[in-house]
Amino acid sequence: MNIVPKVLVTKIGLDGHDRGSRVVAAHLRDAGMEVIYTPPWQAIDAVVKLAIEEDVDVIGISSLATDHRIVPKLLRALKEAGLDGVAVIVGGIVPDADEAMLIEAGVARVFHPGSSLDDIAEYIRSIVPALRRVRSIDWKEEADA
Amino acid sequence: MNKPLDPATLSPAVTGERWRREYAEQIGDDRASENRSGIAIKALYTNDDWNASRYDADLGYPGQEPYTRGIYATMHRGRTWTQRQLIGLGTPAEYNARLRSLIEHGATAISLIPCNSVFRGYDMDEVDAELLGTCGVVVNSADHMDTCLDGVDIARMSCAMNDPSPFTLLAFLLAVAKRRGVPFASITGTSNQSDYLSHYVANHMFFRIALPGARRILADHIDFCTRNVPRWNPMSVVGQHMQQAGATPAQAMAFTLATALQNADDCVARGMDPKTFLPRFTFFFDISVSFFEEVAKFRAARRLWPRLLRERYGVDDPKSLRFKFHAQTSGVDLTRQQPLNNIARVTVQAMAGIFGGLQSLHTDAYDEVLSCPTEFGARIAVSTQNILREEAHLTDVIDPLGGSYYVETLTGQMEDEILRNLATVQDAGGMYAAVESGLVQRLIGESARRFQAKVESGEETIVGVNAYRVDETANDRPAVQGVDDDAVRGHLAAFAAWKAARSQVAVTKALDDLARAANAPRANVFEHVVVAAEAGCTHGEICATLRRELGFGHVQAMV
Repeated sequence: MNIVPKVLVTKIGLDGHDRGSRVVAAHLRDAGMEVIYTPPWQAIDAVVKLAIEEDVDVIGISSLATDHRIVPKLLRALKEAGLDGVAVIVGGIVPDADEAMLIEAGVARVFHPGSSLDDIAEYIRSIVPALRRVRSIDWKEEADA
Repeated sequence: MNKPLDPATLSPAVTGERWRREYAEQIGDDRASENRSGIAIKALYTNDDWNASRYDADLGYPGQEPYTRGIYATMHRGRTWTQRQLIGLGTPAEYNARLRSLIEHGATAISLIPCNSVFRGYDMDEVDAELLGTCGVVVNSADHMDTCLDGVDIARMSCAMNDPSPFTLLAFLLAVAKRRGVPFASITGTSNQSDYLSHYVANHMFFRIALPGARRILADHIDFCTRNVPRWNPMSVVGQHMQQAGATPAQAMAFTLATALQNADDCVARGMDPKTFLPRFTFFFDISVSFFEEVAKFRAARRLWPRLLRERYGVDDPKSLRFKFHAQTSGVDLTRQQPLNNIARVTVQAMAGIFGGLQSLHTDAYDEVLSCPTEFGARIAVSTQNILREEAHLTDVIDPLGGSYYVETLTGQMEDEILRNLATVQDAGGMYAAVESGLVQRLIGESARRFQAKVESGEETIVGVNAYRVDETANDRPAVQGVDDDAVRGHLAAFAAWKAARSQVAVTKALDDLARAANAPRANVFEHVVVAAEAGCTHGEICATLRRELGFGHVQAMV
C-alpha cells in the first residue's frame, strides 16, 4: 500500500525566519506528501488543534533562534490531548545539549543545518507506518469503549 | 642566437585565437558556470569585455559621481569602516557589563540587539520565559535602557539599535537622554532595521501590526527624527533579511532599492522635502561567500542609487546621493559541520564587503550556526577585521579591484540584473504593492528553493556538507553559551514590582493619547511613542495599543 505521509510544518515561539520551513515544506510536498504549512509564531494550542483536525502523522518544528526550548511544552500539550502516534521532529539550530533534552522529552529526531532534504523525507516515510498503527489502535479502543 | 619575435604572432587577434584553441583542447568538458544571481561566468575577461575607454563614464574618482569607486574621497584609507559588532544577551545589567568591557577595549560605537520578544512587540511577562534573553537583551522600558547604558556617555557614543517599528528603543533612549540632560541634537546613531517591508517579506520579526499602520509609523518616525534628532539615521533600508531568506544578491539589492524608493515616496507624499531626509537614509546588506558577485553588487548599487535619485526626485547634493551601507557576513553560508571552517568563510565574505566599499561591518562569529555566539567566537570575528585591515593592508588602496576586466564587466552585468528585478517590482506598483500581493515573497521563496536544489544535487559545493565530509561528534564542536536563568527570573520579578509601583495615571494617560494620535491622521504617532516612553509605559503596552488602533498584521502562508 502506498502511504502518503501527512506532515504539519510550522514554527512556534517568537522567531519569524521561515526560509527553512518553506524550503522543507515545498520539498516534502514535491516528494508526494500531504503538507500542512503555517506561518511562524503559532501558539502551542493552535498546533495541537491543527494536528488533531488534520490527523497528521508528523509535526515538523523549525527553530532557528532558540524556540526549540519550548518544544517540550508542545509535547506535553499533545500528550494531554491524547495524541499518541504523532511524531514531532525539529529542524534548525539546536545545540548538542539541547538536542539531548529534546530527545529525552520525546522528540523523534533533530535535523541540523546541512541536513539533506531527501534524508528528511526518507526518515518521515520510514516512521509513518508505525505511527499509523498506533493511531488506529487508539481509534479502535475508542470505538470499543 | 635567438630569432626576434615576429610582431604579427603577438597581435591580440592571433594570440587570442591561439588561446581559445588551446583552452578548448585542454579544458575538455568545460563546466557551465553561473553566479548566484544567474549571470553566466566566462573563463576569461579581456579588453573585449571592458576597457579603459569607458573609465570616465563607468568609474570616475572616489567621492565623485558616478561613485563606483567609493562615496568618499579618502574611503578606507581615511577613516576605514566602523566595526559594529551586534551584542545583546540576557538582562540589561549583563548587557551593560559587556558593553563597558567593549568600551574599555576601544569600542567607539554601541550596538544593541533586543530579545525576540521585543522584536515581536511583547513585554517579558507576555511570553514563554524560556525564550527570554536567548537572542538579545530584554529591554522593555526606559529604566531598562538606562541600565543598559549606565556609565556610558550617550552624547558621545553612536548608538545603533536593532529597533523595528514602532521604534520604542529610540524612544527609551530619548527618555534616558532627557533624564540625563543630554539634548536630542547630540544623540547619534541609527534605527537599524527600521524598514518594515523587509520584515514583512523576509524574517517576520515585526510586532504584528498591519502594513498600512507600519507604513505610517515609519514616515512619522523619519519626520520626527528629521526635525528633533537631526544626527540620527531613522531609515535603514534592509537587504540583508531578503538575501538571508533566499533572494539572490541581485534580487536582494533590487528589492532594497525598491524599498528605499517606496519609503522616500511616502515621505514626499506627506510633504517632506527629499533634501531633508535622503541624507539620513542608510542601507544594510548581506555579504555572501560569492566573492566577486558581492563586490560587483555593491559597486553597481553605489553607481545606480544616485542615478535613481536624480531621475525621481531631482536631488543633486552629494549627501543625498552617497550610498552609505553597513553589511554583515552571511550566516546562511556558515556550516555546523567542521565549524572552524566558518572563520575562512567569514574572512572571504568580509573581504568582499571591504572591496565593495562598505562603511560599517559586522563579521559573524564562526559558532553562530551552533547557538548564539560565544564571547570567544565574537573575539575571532573582530580579530578577522583587524587582520584584514592592519596585517593584510586591504585599506591601503581605494577600490583595488577597479579596472579589472572581470570586476568591471560583472559590475555592469549586476547593474543590469538589479535594474531588471527593480523593474519587476516597479511594474507591480512599487515595493509596498509587491509585498502586499506576495510577489516579492514568492520570488524569494523560489530562489531559496533553486539554491537548495543545487546544494542537494552537488552542483553548488558546500565544504563539509555535500563534499569533503568528515565524521564528527558533539565533542568536535565548541561549547556554546547558555542564558543565566536566575538572572532572567530576577529581571522578571523586578519588572513586575516596578510595574506595580509606577504611576498608573501617567501610564494610562500616555497610552490614551497614543491611541488618539493613531486615529488622528495628521498626528505624529512616533512623537507620542516618545512621550509614552517618558511616562513609564512599557514596550508591550505601546505595541498593544498600536496593534489595537491600527490593526493586526499577518504573515502570508506561502510555500
